[in-house]
This record gives sequence, structure tokens and C-alpha cells, in this order.
Amino acid sequence: MPEAAAARRKLVEVRDLRMHFPIYAGLLRRRVGAVKAVDGVSFDIHEGETLGLVGESGCGKSTCGRALLRLYEPTSGSIRIDGREIATAGFDTLRTLRPIMQMVFQDPQASLNPRMTVGSIIGEPLDEHTRLSRREKQERIHELMDAVGLNRAFANRYPHEFSGGQRQSIGIARALALNPRFIVCDEPIAALDVSIQAQVVNLLEDLQARFGLTYLFISHDLSMVRHIADRVAVMDLGRIAELAPRDALYEAPLHPYSQALLSAVPEPDPNAETRRRRIILTGDVPSPANPPRGCNFSTRCPRVMPVCREVEPAFREVAPGHFTACHLHDPAISQTAGTAAAPEAKSTADTHVQQGA
Amino acid sequence: MFTYTLRRLLLAIPTLLVISLVIFLLVDLAPGSPASQIPLTVPAEVRMRILEAMGANEPIHVRYLLWLKQFFVVEPLVWVDATFGTAFSEGMQRILSWQSRSPVFDVIVERLPQTLTVVGMAYVVGVLIALPIGIYSAYRQYSWFDQIGTFVAMVGFSVPTFFTGLVLILVFAVNLGWFPSIYNTSLRVTDWESFVAQVRQMVLPVAVLALYNASQISRYMRASMLDNLNQDYVRTARAKGLRERVVVLKHVLRNSMIPVVTVIALGIPTIFGGAIITEQVFRVNGLGALLIGAIQASDLPMVQTLTFIFAVLIVIFNLIADVLYGLLDPRIRYD
Repeated sequence: MPEAAAARRKLVEVRDLRMHFPIYAGLLRRRVGAVKAVDGVSFDIHEGETLGLVGESGCGKSTCGRALLRLYEPTSGSIRIDGREIATAGFDTLRTLRPIMQMVFQDPQASLNPRMTVGSIIGEPLDEHTRLSRREKQERIHELMDAVGLNRAFANRYPHEFSGGQRQSIGIARALALNPRFIVCDEPIAALDVSIQAQVVNLLEDLQARFGLTYLFISHDLSMVRHIADRVAVMDLGRIAELAPRDALYEAPLHPYSQALLSAVPEPDPNAETRRRRIILTGDVPSPANPPRGCNFSTRCPRVMPVCREVEPAFREVAPGHFTACHLHDPAISQTAGTAAAPEAKSTADTHVQQGA
Repeated sequence: MFTYTLRRLLLAIPTLLVISLVIFLLVDLAPGSPASQIPLTVPAEVRMRILEAMGANEPIHVRYLLWLKQFFVVEPLVWVDATFGTAFSEGMQRILSWQSRSPVFDVIVERLPQTLTVVGMAYVVGVLIALPIGIYSAYRQYSWFDQIGTFVAMVGFSVPTFFTGLVLILVFAVNLGWFPSIYNTSLRVTDWESFVAQVRQMVLPVAVLALYNASQISRYMRASMLDNLNQDYVRTARAKGLRERVVVLKHVLRNSMIPVVTVIALGIPTIFGGAIITEQVFRVNGLGALLIGAIQASDLPMVQTLTFIFAVLIVIFNLIADVLYGLLDPRIRYD
């Protein structure tokens, strides 16, 4: 599996993406700091695969997804989709790149304009980016509605007349209108009933098979991510803690944060469920405006070492295709872990090398 | 929608009847009487005859019912006669002003054009200024433009029109001499020169009222835009790759206009009410001035009729605002 993935072309390449939101305070509204929602994230997504992005609330998953499509202005870093730079593209260039990258939003109610009919919501991107005749456009809208399983007769209805699952289908049809290659699914099932969630996820999988789509699937539903994703990235406070093929991650998570997160997934088998041992994290989630020195997880990590509070761990490949940012898996540090912290200067240099790679 | 409108109109009938009774009682029970306008040198017997001739000595219920009949039967018939040349209203008693003894509606029709040109124009100008300011202020929230806009709106809304009116007169009429300080009602627009004169005399009163209207509506517009700018569907529109102009003007503005249109529609009856204070300051001989004069002279039929017309307009425009709301927002349906 890792070999097969590596052989495939990289569609999305993200390098050291940072998204800081400024905080203004005081009488003169001076900038006093920044919420580091995404703080140095690097990953690749291969063509045709689904990368799951998981993490607890407020860890920067959605911000990361939105910054990826330049719905926010990233603070720094590079985003390349299909070889073209997104992070610094000018407004007009960006607009012409929009058709290849789309997004399915979390709240299917709020993300559809209440004053537009379903037909015009789905058809608007066509007006903007294509020169179809009225008839061709109508045909395309009907095609898309068929593709997501909506009755064609609903084209003249308004979003509020639909159920949550149907609205999400409208959102998906809209995202598909311009034949995108990459879709960011920002918690597409979080606002839906459990009974509808499966429908939407199956729809996403069918569409991926039919159109060869590439997904970034953002979710906090670990079971659903296990079902849909090929590889999974675990995010903690603006950074990626671990990135690995799905099975490797779910069977043997390396980062203590991933271990804690996965231990929270309930088992369907009641016997196994009673034997399941949860890792309960203690301590507060640090503020993204004022993250701790060293590792972001050091305040809550059950296996914290002195070095963790001093040095930011590098994001390194510990097994083929399996990356993690943890001192426990840093050969240079884990050997000396019991005795003393590694010299800070050396490790910082190390960090730079790894992130640049 | 049709049934809804019809039901609302039917419901408006008892509402308006109650309003008319309340107004009638308020005006009638207020201190002051038409007799006080008659000089004391007039003998008591003659005074009595004058009051009898006006019908002011009848008991209150007789006068109220008579007014109702005159307002709802006689005056519409007079209007029909005047329009189609018929003679239904012949011999019927119209509502007469106690001040001038002439029919109240004739006086109102005489005064209406002044009020509509000045106050109506001020409303239109106010709306036209307010909308772009509100939109841009919201789009660039906390920018210099927004801060200045907020300040001007606060000033325009909180400084009374009699003050801004006098300041403008002092600066532009007295010191600079650009515009006349008094509105000349008898000016007839016949050629270019009289048109320019008309525009010049309208500038100051229109400016005073437009500032007041604009500061109010621009606030509504800004707040409504801000509500919508942060909505998820705006992000969706951007993700579609639409031009920023389309995102703001099509998606955000159209949704933001829903409450603003209601506010604008509800403000229209106030045009007909005239701007009482501003009309006084600039000597515009409109409905506001008419109402003030009638109140001072205890001219009960005039005050009663004018206030009741305002009440009818307010009820009607409330209905129009509600119907507009239903047309603009597909989520609202009246069945």
C-alpha cells in the first residue's frame, strides 16, 4: 500500500503552511499576538486517494482545509495543487484555479444561499466559469442532481425545503459542477443524523470511484475516517502529530496523542468494549494563542519527558509512509531519554532539516 | 398570498375604527375649543350661533358618527364625482375645516405637493446615500470610511433637525448666500430659470431631512450586511470562484436587503406626515405645517382627518412591508 501510494502522482503538496489570526487589543487596537490555528503543517495528497484529517475540536482542522483552498489568506507556507501554487496566487489567477478545487461544507443549511433555488445554486459556478447555453446548463444541472440522487423536479425549490441529508447532497452537487479534481470535505457529516451520515459517505465514495476524485476528509468521527480514508493525519493544536496509512495508524498509533484519541473509539463488540482501556488525558488544552514551549502536547502527554517541554519535536518518517512528531520516536533522543534532554541547539537544527525535507 | 393580504385588509377595518375613535376622543377632550378662536367682542348669542353652524355644539357621539359617514361615504363620492363628472354627492355635507370653513380634503390636496416634493425627495436622497454607505461600511468594517460613516450617522441621528436646519441656514443662506432660507410655495416651475430656483430652494430642507434619514437607514444596511457577510453561504460563493463583486452584490446584498426594504417601506408613511419641524424651519407650506396650525386653532375636523389618514397609511405600509418580506425571502410563505 505505501509503495502503491508513492508511485501515484502527488496532487496536493502542502509545505509548512501557517495560518495565524491576529489578536487586537487595547485602546489603539494594537496587534498583541496571534491565534496560531495552523502552525507549520506539511503533507501530500496523492491523486485519487482520501486523506483523513482528524483531531479534537479547535485543533485547526477546518482552518487548515479552508486555508488550503485560499478561503483564508495563509500567513506563510506553500500549497501546490496539480503543480500550481495556490498560497500566493493573485486573485484572478486564483479564480481560474477554483474549478479544480472545491469544498463540501460542514453546515449544509447555512452554506447554501437561502434566496437561491437549488438549480441556481448548482448552476452558478457554470455561469462563472463556462460558456454553456441555457439548455446545456440545465442538462448539466440535472446530470449533477442525478449523480447525487436528487429528484430533477426539485431544481426550482429552495434549500429550506429539504432535509439535512438532501441539503448536503445539494452542497456536493454544487462542488462537483465544475469537474473538480480535489475536494476538501470539511466535516461533511458532522451536522447530520447518524442514519443519514452513511448515505452521504457512501455517496462521496461512489463519486470518488466514478470521477477519480481526491479528498481531504476532515472529521472528528474516527470510525467514519477509518471507513473512508486511505491515509490519516492526526492534528493537535495547529500541527500534525502523526500521519500514516490508515491501517498502520489504527492498529499501532505511535504518537501518544493519537493513542489517546484512538482509545476513545467505542468497540461494537460488548466483550471487547468492557476490556477497552481508555487513555484519559488530564490537564488543559493549551491556548492556540499561547502554545507551550516545546511539544504542543507536552502539557497533557502521559509519557512526557523533560526534553518535550524544551524542544519542538521534528516531523520525521519512522517507518515507510509513517510520520510522527514525537521525541519518543526520535532515535537521537529516545536513547538518552532517561538521562537528560538532548542539547537544544542540535535538535532545533534537526527540526529545520526535517521540515525543509 | 392573496388570501393573506385579504385577511389582513379585513383585520385592518376594526383596527382603523378603534384608531379613529381614539384620535377623535383625544382631540376632542384636549383643552381648547373652537370658541376660543372667536374674539371676545362677539356677543354670546352670536358666538352660540357660530358654534351651531359649525356643528361643534352637538353631543360627541353624533359628531363622531357624522365624521365617520363624511370620511367613508361623502368624501369618496366627492372624489368619484370629480373624476367621472357624476353627481352622487350633491347636497351632502363634506368635512369642513373650522378654521377656513373650506373642505378639509381640498386643503390637504393643496398642501400635499409641497410635502411630497420636499420630504419625499429627502427620503429618496437619504435612501440613495444610505445604501452605498451602509454596504461599503460593512464590507470594510472598522476602516476609516466606516469610522467616519459611523460618526456622521451618530451626529445625523442625534442632532435634532431644527438645529441642523438652523446651522445650514446660517452657513449657506446667511453667510454664503448660496441658497434661500425660506421655501417659496407659490413658485411655479415653467422654464429653466424657475426650475433652478426650485432646486435651489429645495436644497437646504432636503439636505437636513436626507441627513436624518440616511443616518438611520445606513445603520440598518450596515448591520444587515455584517450579519450576512459572515454567513457560510458567502464562503460557499467564494469557493465557487465568483468575482468579489458578484459575491457582495448578489449573494450578500440581496439577502441583506430583506430587513432594509421593510424599514424603508415602514418609513414611507412618515413622508406624508410631513416633517413638522423642518417644514416650520424652512417655511415649507406642507402637511406638517397644516397639522401644527390646525392643532393650535383647535380645528378638530382637520386634525382628526389628517391623523386618521396617517394611521391608514401606516397600516397599509405595514401590510406592504409584510408582503414584500414574503416576496423577498423564500423561507417566508403566507398561506
